[in-house]
This record gives sequence, structure tokens and C-alpha cells, in this order.
Amino acid sequence: MTANRLAESLLALSQQEELVDLPKDYLLSGSEDEGDNDGEREHQKLLEAISSLDGKNRRKLAERSEASLKVSEFNVSSEGSGEKLVLADLLEPVKTSSSLATVKKQLNRVKSKKTVELPLNKEEIERARTPLEQEIFNLLHKNKQPVADPLLTPVEKASLQAMSLEEAKMRRAELQRARALQSYYEAKARREKKIKSKKYHKVVKKGKAKKALKEFEQLRKVNPAAALEELEKIEKARMMERMSLKHQNSGKWAKSKAIMAKYDLEARQAMQEQLAKNKELTQKLQVASESEEEEGGTEEVEELLVPDVVNEVQMNADGPNPWMLRSCTSDTKEAATQEDPEQLPEPEAHEVSESEGEERPVAEEEILLREFEERRSLRKRSELSQDAEPAGSQETKDSSSQEVLSELRVLAQKLKENDQSRKQKATSKGTIPQVQREEPAPEEEEPLLLQRPERVQTLEELEELGKEECFQNKELPRPVLEGQQSERTPNNRPDAPKEKKKKEQMIDLQNLLTTQSPSVKSLAVPTIEELEDEEERNQRQMIKEAFAGDDVIRDFLKEKREAVEASKPKDVDLTLPGWGEWGGVGLKPSAKKRRRFLIKAPEGPPRKDKNLPNVIINEKRNIHTAAHQVRVLPYPFTHHWQFERTIQIPIGSTWNTQRAFQKLTTPKVVTKPGHIINPIKAEDVGYRSSSRSDLSVIQRNPKRITTRHKKQLKKSSVD
Amino acid sequence: METAPKPGRDVPPKKDKLQTKRKKPRRYWEEETVPTRDGASPGPPCNKKNRELRPQRRKNAHILKKSRISKKPQVPKKPREWKNPESQRSLSGAQDPFPGPAPVPVEVVQKFCRIDKSRKLPRSKAKTRSRLEVAEAEEEETSIKAARSELLLAEEPGFLEGEDGEDTAKICQADIVEAVDITSAAKHFDLNLRQFGPYRLNYSRTGRHLAFGGRRGHVAALDWVTKKLMCEINVMEAVRDIRFLHSEALLAVAQNRWLHIYDNQGIELHCIRRCDRVTRLEFLPFHFLLATASETGFLTYLDVSVGKIVAALNARAGRLDVMSQNPYNAVIHLGHSNGTVSLWSPAMKEPLAKILCHRGGVRAVAVDSTGTYMATSGLDHQLKIFDLRGTYQPLSTRTLPHGAGHLAFSQRGLLVAGMGDVVNIWAGQGKASPPSLEQPYLTHRLSGPVHGLQFCPFEDVLGVGHSGGITSMLVPGAGEPNFDGLESNPYRSRKQRQEWEVKALLEKVPAELICLDPRALAKVDVISLEQGKKERIERLGYDPEAKAPFQPKPKQKGRSSTASLVKRKRKVMDEEHRDKVRQSLQQQQQQQQHKEVKAKSTGARPSALDRFVR
Repeated sequence: MTANRLAESLLALSQQEELVDLPKDYLLSGSEDEGDNDGEREHQKLLEAISSLDGKNRRKLAERSEASLKVSEFNVSSEGSGEKLVLADLLEPVKTSSSLATVKKQLNRVKSKKTVELPLNKEEIERARTPLEQEIFNLLHKNKQPVADPLLTPVEKASLQAMSLEEAKMRRAELQRARALQSYYEAKARREKKIKSKKYHKVVKKGKAKKALKEFEQLRKVNPAAALEELEKIEKARMMERMSLKHQNSGKWAKSKAIMAKYDLEARQAMQEQLAKNKELTQKLQVASESEEEEGGTEEVEELLVPDVVNEVQMNADGPNPWMLRSCTSDTKEAATQEDPEQLPEPEAHEVSESEGEERPVAEEEILLREFEERRSLRKRSELSQDAEPAGSQETKDSSSQEVLSELRVLAQKLKENDQSRKQKATSKGTIPQVQREEPAPEEEEPLLLQRPERVQTLEELEELGKEECFQNKELPRPVLEGQQSERTPNNRPDAPKEKKKKEQMIDLQNLLTTQSPSVKSLAVPTIEELEDEEERNQRQMIKEAFAGDDVIRDFLKEKREAVEASKPKDVDLTLPGWGEWGGVGLKPSAKKRRRFLIKAPEGPPRKDKNLPNVIINEKRNIHTAAHQVRVLPYPFTHHWQFERTIQIPIGSTWNTQRAFQKLTTPKVVTKPGHIINPIKAEDVGYRSSSRSDLSVIQRNPKRITTRHKKQLKKSSVD
Repeated sequence: METAPKPGRDVPPKKDKLQTKRKKPRRYWEEETVPTRDGASPGPPCNKKNRELRPQRRKNAHILKKSRISKKPQVPKKPREWKNPESQRSLSGAQDPFPGPAPVPVEVVQKFCRIDKSRKLPRSKAKTRSRLEVAEAEEEETSIKAARSELLLAEEPGFLEGEDGEDTAKICQADIVEAVDITSAAKHFDLNLRQFGPYRLNYSRTGRHLAFGGRRGHVAALDWVTKKLMCEINVMEAVRDIRFLHSEALLAVAQNRWLHIYDNQGIELHCIRRCDRVTRLEFLPFHFLLATASETGFLTYLDVSVGKIVAALNARAGRLDVMSQNPYNAVIHLGHSNGTVSLWSPAMKEPLAKILCHRGGVRAVAVDSTGTYMATSGLDHQLKIFDLRGTYQPLSTRTLPHGAGHLAFSQRGLLVAGMGDVVNIWAGQGKASPPSLEQPYLTHRLSGPVHGLQFCPFEDVLGVGHSGGITSMLVPGAGEPNFDGLESNPYRSRKQRQEWEVKALLEKVPAELICLDPRALAKVDVISLEQGKKERIERLGYDPEAKAPFQPKPKQKGRSSTASLVKRKRKVMDEEHRDKVRQSLQQQQQQQQHKEVKAKSTGARPSALDRFVR
């Protein structure tokens, strides 16, 4: 009913249909069932769809390419591209059953029948019964909101009414012109796009880039916030470029050029150009100094928010005193809780929201936002005060400010997540200004923060880190403690846990050196001039001094480990970095490749001091001694153990009795002085083939009777 | 090859032997000597005989009439060798009642065996086997001969025995001096030299001469037995250490700046400026090396026979002031402030071994004459005895009331520790055992804190240098009773010394042969052997020692057909394969058994959850 009424009023207002476009549509859809031409159109559509199945002439979405007079301002004409989908269409069964059709028709008729309406008493409507209603009405009245009819506020109505016919006409003409211009522009763009000349496009792009840069420069001077936005866009473009494979000489063209490049100078240049371009595009943009300055300002303010102790904790964690750490971290916590209330209005809520995650209701976000706003305002104030500060101060920013920034980043992310919903809400509610105020803040932070890798983000995390390090540090000095304990209570030693071999070894060594040995009861105790007590104290002092600086056992174990490492045979790594894969600074060959080309050295024999924790035995070969050793096995020996047995008896007179020495050193042939030694004859050796010589040979060494000899013997005996 | 001959094992010269041989038959037939063989006879006649055999041999010091200090009865091993003398009387003189050579106790022979038979040799050829047999026969023969000549080491070490449970530590020097004979009593003396500060002292290798140097420059050398002063000078410089070189004619003194060498007249022969700020000196007699440890942290080896510095090693452990040598293998032991003892040889730039001994710094190190035990004392007031035979583990540990500042081993393994103004001496059971630290053997209080300690070789005397001078103590059982007249003869004349010097120089052991195992020369350099083999194979293109593949011999009467040849080849191949399989199976079984044993020994009680362990 209301729709009808409206339609009438709209007619009267001559084609102000846009305002009530929606209701009108609904109206139409509601009455569409009865339309006769609908069936025809649908049939045509079906036919079209079938014909388009063969693929050649696909149904194109109708595009408006020229300016036309029949354009709606809000949506493109629906002609040609089918109608809008209506819910009722979808609900309908595909085949309308005939039995139900009659019933349906009746129903529809009933529906369409206008019931007689009792004219509502206006007073009754506006009468407020309860105090709450009264209040609500009051509010509505105050804001000139519609009470009964929600569609148009009185203001709107008034505006509608305020527009005269001429005005409306003028407006319409204006709009038409704008649309025409737009379509002209589009057409031009399309035309230009179709131009195939690459040079032309290049020139155009360059021009555009230059222009954009100029604009950006200007913008920076005029409106820094907008410039930052722009910057972000540039950054995004860079990211896109980095993600894409463009300009990386990997395309078809580039590959063909690469082939040519060897011979063609131009091709080579082209390739290089492209690479240069890639570099240029992917190069990181230097953040504008102005924004930096701004940020610096904020940081300095926000340094106050997080105490300096945060940094100290980190430094301490690496430092030599692990015992102070615990208290230090707790200090920071306390400090944080103490200081926060001063600067932050509701730190608890803030932290709770962070820790508990995203399922916070909107109220929490509101709190967040408000907090943020406050910070912003603070920052702005500081900006005003510290405008004159040099940009150089930025460089001296410390890690605490970074921490703060990281914290901010979390906030920003949260805000961003909720941004969309917020926007929608804002548009519906009309609370736009607040959102607009909020938005730039996170974006401002982003470019700087994006570049930062993983960082400790909250105080809590910081604390955790500190604790971890605290634990690590606690573990380190343990051996020392153990040593001390063992010194005090040696009886407990045997119960020492058997955990790892290494630990065992260590304990073993401890045992070795710290076992309480029974003291000697000496009859004569050395007398020393000093008094007993003083002397004892002196001794203790001396021992303490001796033990103070160094933990002997740990040093020794370390030394031993080093010696073992040094004596181990080294593996040979044959990987060529950059061979078959990407190379360059900071790139490592893949693990697979390294594994493949690693020649593992054969494991040597076990060390002699393997089971001796308190000993390092040098495994190096003594070359000088080896020079005196036998290095070639003499004839009958096949294994060096055999030969070693024969040379183990000392021959010298130092180790033997005189008789034995003489016997061991007697020459094989002993000649008496004056005895004539005849030269050797061939007969003596047995080279003559006569029977006599044969015989003599046989007699000399009867073992060597060969078959040949036997034959000869036989022959001679036969003869 | 052993660089250090053990005096006890050394054999006297042939001359003596011949003498004994000539006298041998007389011992059998003469009635008067028979009772001495029975072993019941007391010392004096035995000593007399020794003097007969060796006129220059000194009289053994400790034949004490006092009841608690008595001569140890002879070991009744000889009666085993000789049968009952009565049977000999019943026989006529023409027949030998003991036919064949005299039997030798197996343990004594074992002592002289040098071949390590613990290792099982791989299968060897007949020729090789015969060589090995020859070597073993030679060893047996020489060791039996050496065992037989043990007889000639007639001197017995002295000892001190408490009267039923009496503590020997309570016996003071005066008691001992009162009990011993007059020559031995003369060996106990004190030199009161209070003027020139604490003294370091050194006995010559023969044990006849004593050199001492006071911190304030007093240097003197004397024949301490006759108390004849050889020289006495003041070097006008702080003296850190003093040491005799190979003979008593040369004397090395570590002075404040440099190392000086004097002769026995006190004339300065050399000033070695390359050895500066030396704190400790050691002389290695068989290598003619003077090892010096300096404040600058360098260990320098000076060859005194040619006057060249053989090696200067940087110990990298700060100031060195604890040093001792291992007489067995001539390795130098250095004690460091970080509680470690490092072992050095001039052939290696790094220490041969490093042993962590104490939690505090090491104050003193001493190694016994067999090279088996090392005693260390540290700032943690502990005295430890380490086993040097490969394990380097402490055998016994004691906490001393004030810690020992100086340590020394005697030739027979007694350990002395100087603590303040007291010296404690510990003894072990027998020669080869480490000193047991439970009860001190002797204690003695001196007139000043101890600064230097050394046992006199071949004498039962301990020399102590302290701030009040020099004290020579009697310690029964400290010295080796039998000396080798050819090697270190306390009674040698000047001419003999000169002859010995030439011989010793000719037998000088090269410095590079110093290593932990002195028998390394009797081993084959396996690495270069393998290398040489490999090179030869490369050069020849084939392995000449490789086993030739089986080639069946040609046979006659149609049995050498191709099929039968192949069959025979096959047979051999199969047999080899079977052998291999058998071997591997055996190995596997052994491994399994080993594992089982291990599992049984280690796993106390298997848990039900063990089945899930992978």
C-alpha cells in the first residue's frame, strides 16, 4: 500500500524514480506472475542459451558502449541481459502442477485483493503509552525521524518537495552529460588500448609514472596523510611486482632474446634493460623523511608508555648474571602495571582483550578504538610541540620504541579486521566521521611496520622470553653447582643419576677429582710459625683463590672436546654453490644437493682416551720416531705381527749376558785367520749336467729332488 | 728397545762370570760352602764372598744387630735347585750327582722374556714359521741365561721392621744411626747452611757425588761419601735449580737469568742464553738431553753432547715450575696451574698426553723408576698415585694436612713427600708395587721448610735440601742394592769414567726416539708399510701379493676334459664360499652371544614396557 502511495507521489515528482527504485522493483516482481510476455521472453532466452552452447557465438553480456539517453543513474539497463532474479522465481517448481494451479490462482487473487483498511487513528499511533515509548518518541521527534513511515524522513521529504521541476530537469541534464562524458572517455580508452604499438604504450606509461611521481611529491607537501596512502599503494605495487614473474626474463620474449643475446648486442641490451627495470620496480622505497619525523615524534611520546626496563631485560638475558634476571623480569611486570595506569586509562581491559583473542564483543573494540584515539591525540599534541625537531633524531630510536610500535601494530591489525563490519555499520548508522578519523592511523603505521620481521609484541611475550632465557641460563651454571655440592657431600655421589653418556662422563670426572680421600695421620705435623687458626684460614683462602677463576673440569672437558674434534677426519664437501640452481650472496645450496656431494670421511679407530675422561692422549703420528721404524716387510713374512715377533728380542750387551750377546751376534760364516777360501766353482752350485754333479747336488740338499733328477737318476742306474 | 736398563736386571761383566764358573765345582765338593747354600746362614759370610767376587763393590749399609731392624732372610729358592747334600756324600767323586744343567725358576725366566705372545698370529707359511720358532728359541735361551746370572746379584736391599706391630714411622734417625754400622752411620749428616737460603740438590747418576745450590747463589759439589769438596762458589745470582750432567764433571745451574754450566772445579764453561729464566732442570742420561722448564712457559731440550737446542716447545700453560722425568721412557712430565700434568717429548710440538689430576694447581710430580706410577700433589692438599700404563687413573689418593710441595721416588719405589718442614716416606710391598699411602714408612722433621728432595741412587739415603741447609737421611730399602759396574759404577776411577763417557756417547739415543712406548722401535711402521704396498700396486698395475685364482692342473688319460676342469674349479670355489659362510655365521653367533651377555649384565629387570621399545 505504502508502495502505491509512493509511486503516485513519485509520478507527481516526475521521474524521481531512483529514490524509490527498490520498492518499485518489488512491486513489479510481485505482479510479474501474471505477465503474458514473460513466457515469450524466457523462451527466447532459452533458445539463445541453447544456440550459444556450440561455443562460437557466446552470449555476451550486453554492454553499453555509447551514450544513450535511456540510462538509469544507478544501474545499467537491464535490457538484453535478462531480468533481475526474483526470489519467487526460484521458489517455483520447474513444472507447475495443474492441480495446484487453480488453488494458487485463487490464493493470489485473495492476496491481491485489497483489504479494507481501518484508517488508523493518527493520534493512537503517536500516543505514547509507557514512559519508555515516550522517551523514544521524544527522541525521534527531536531528530525529525519518521515515526510511522520509516522510508522517508521529514527532512528528505522536505528536500524532495523543495526541488522544483526546473531544478530537477537541470540536474538530470547534468547527470546525462556526465554519463556521456564518461562513456566518451571509456570509448577513448578502449581505442587507445587497442593500439598495438609498444613504443606508444611505453611512452604513455613513462609519462604516467612521471606524472604520478610529481603528483606524489606535491601531495607530500600539501597533504602528508594522503601521501602516505599513496606510498602504501606504491608499496603494494612493488609487492605485486615482486610476486609476479614480470620483467624477470622468464617470458616467451625474454627467452627468445636470451637465445639471441649471445650474438645480438641489442637483444642483450634489451634483456639487461628489463632486468634493470625489474630491479627498479622491486627496489624498496625509501620512506619519506617527513613521515619518519612524524613517527619519531610519536615514538618519543610512547616511550613513556612502556618502561625502559623492557630493554634492560633483554640485555640482561645475555649478560653474565642469570640470578638477577628473575627479579628483573618481575620488576618490569610491576613497573608496567604501575606505570600503565598513569598513562593509559584502561590498560587492564587492553591486555585482557589482547590475550583472549578475537571473540570480543564490539564493546571491547570500542574501548580499543577510544584508547587509540587518545594516543593519537597525544601524538598530535606532541607533533605540534616537536615540529622543529631534526629528522636525524629518528636514527637514535631505541628498541623500546620499536616494541611500542609493534604493540601498536597489533592494535592496528585488530582494527583492520573489524574495519569492514565497522564501515558497514557506520554507513547504516551515519557515524561516518568517527571511522574516518580512525582509519588513517593504522595505515600510517603500516609501511614501517610491515618491514619489521617477527618481534616481541607484547609485554607478556617479552616476559615469557625473559623467563626462557632465564631457564637456559640456569642450566648452564649447573655443573659448577654440582661440583660444589659434591665437594660438600661426597657421600651422595654414588646415587648420581645415570642419564646420558656425556653427563656420566662428566660426573665420572667429578668423582675422580672430588672423592674424599682419607687423610694421612702423620706423626710429625709440619710446624708453621703462624697460629693454627690463622694459618688454616690462610690455606683456605689460598685454595679458594686457586679455584676462584677457573672451573678446571669444565675447561679440561672443553679442551678434550676440541682435541677430539680436531683429530676427527674431515668430510669433503664437493657442492658447487650456484651450480644447477640459484646462486648468489646469502644463498645456500639445497640440503639435498649438499647431502649428495658430501664425501663422508671414514671413521677412524676409536680414540685411546675414549673411556678416560681425565686424559687427552695425542693421536698424532710421531714422524720422527716413524723414520726409525721398519717400513718394508722382509721376505718370508706376510704380516707385520710376524716380523715384529722376531725383532722384539734386544741383541745388545746392555740387555743380555755376555754369552747370550755373543751368541746372538755371531756371524753366519766364521773364518779362521789364515784359512784359504777357494773361489766357488760351477760344480759346487750344481750346474754341470753330468751324473756325478747331479749326485753331489742331491746329496747336498736331498729335499730338492725334482722329477727331472729322478729321471736322470733312473737313467744313470739303468745305464 | 728399552732406553733405560734396569740396574737389577743388568748382568755383571764376563770377567766375574768366568770367575764364578771357575769356582763352581769347588762349591759342590767343598764341605764348608754347603751350609751357605742351605740358606740359613746370616749375612756376613755372604758379604765376604761378594767382596771376593767384586773387590770394588761397596759394603751394603744395613746389617743391623738391633732386633727390630734385621736383615731379611734369603729367599729359600735355592734349596729347590740343589738336592740334598747327603746323597752327594754317599756317591763317589767320579759321578756327577746333578746331571744336566741346573734348573731355573720359571718366574725369573719369565721376567726376561720380551716377546709379546698375547697376540695370535695369522696363519703363516712354513718358512715364516721356522723363523718365528728360531726367534722364540733365542729368546728362551737368552732369558734363561739372564735368569741364571741373577745369582750374581747377591746384594739384598735393607729394610726396617717394627717389633710386633710397632710403627716404623716412630723410629727416628738417631735410632737408625745407632743401629747401623759405622760406614752407614756416616751417611747420615746435616749441613748447616743457614746463610744462603733454601737449597736444591742433586746426586750424580752413580750416587757418589752431591751438588747443591742455595737460592742466594751458593753452589757447591762434593763427594758426599768421603765428604771431599770438589768446588764451592757463589754465583752472585739466585739459583733456581742445579743438576749434574752425564757425569759428575759437569754441572748445570739454572740461575736467575740464564743457564750456566760449570765443571767440577767451579769454572764456568758455558752460559746458555737461549735458556733464560729457567726454573727447573732435568737431565735425560741416555739421550744426553738437558730439559729446562722456564718461566716463559717454554720447555727446551738442550743436547749437551753437541751443544745444540733440539727442541723448544711452548707448553701454553703459563709459568712452568713443576717438572720431572719418566726414567723409563725419558718423557718429561710438567705440572700446570690448571691441575693438569702434561707429558712431553722433543719430537712432538704438542703434549703426548694430558692428565687432569687435581682441582687446584699441581705442586709436584714424580715418576717411579719403572715408569709405572706417577705421584702428584696439588693445591687441593691431595696426594695421588696414577697408573701410567695406558689408563692414567689414580690408584690411591690421600689428603695430606698441608699438601706436599715436593715429591720423589726412590729406585726401589719408595715415595717421599716434603710438607713444610716434614718429610714423609711411604713404602709399598715389594719392588713393583705402588707405595701404599696408609701408613708412612718413615717421617722426619727438618730445621726448615723443604725445598729439594732426592733419593741417592744405589744408597739407602735420602737427600733433603731445606732452608737450613742439607740433610742426608738414612732410609733403609730405598736404593737399589746391585749396581751395574759398567753402567754406573760408584767406585769408578777417573779413567773408567772417561772410558764410560766415550761408550755412552757412542750409544747415545737420538732425541726423536722419545715417545710414550720405548719399545716402539720394535714395531713396524704400519702406515708407511700400507702406503708402500699401495704405491707398489699402482706402479705395477696389479697386486703381486694377491692370491692367484685357482688353476686346475692338467691331468692325463682324458681326465683333463673341459667339463672336469670346470668341475674342479667349481669345487674349489664352492669350498671357499662355504668357508666364508661358516666364518660369517660364527661371527654372527659370537656377536649374538656378546649381546646377550651384555643385555643380561646391564638390564637389571626388564620392564613390561620394554616390548614397545624399538
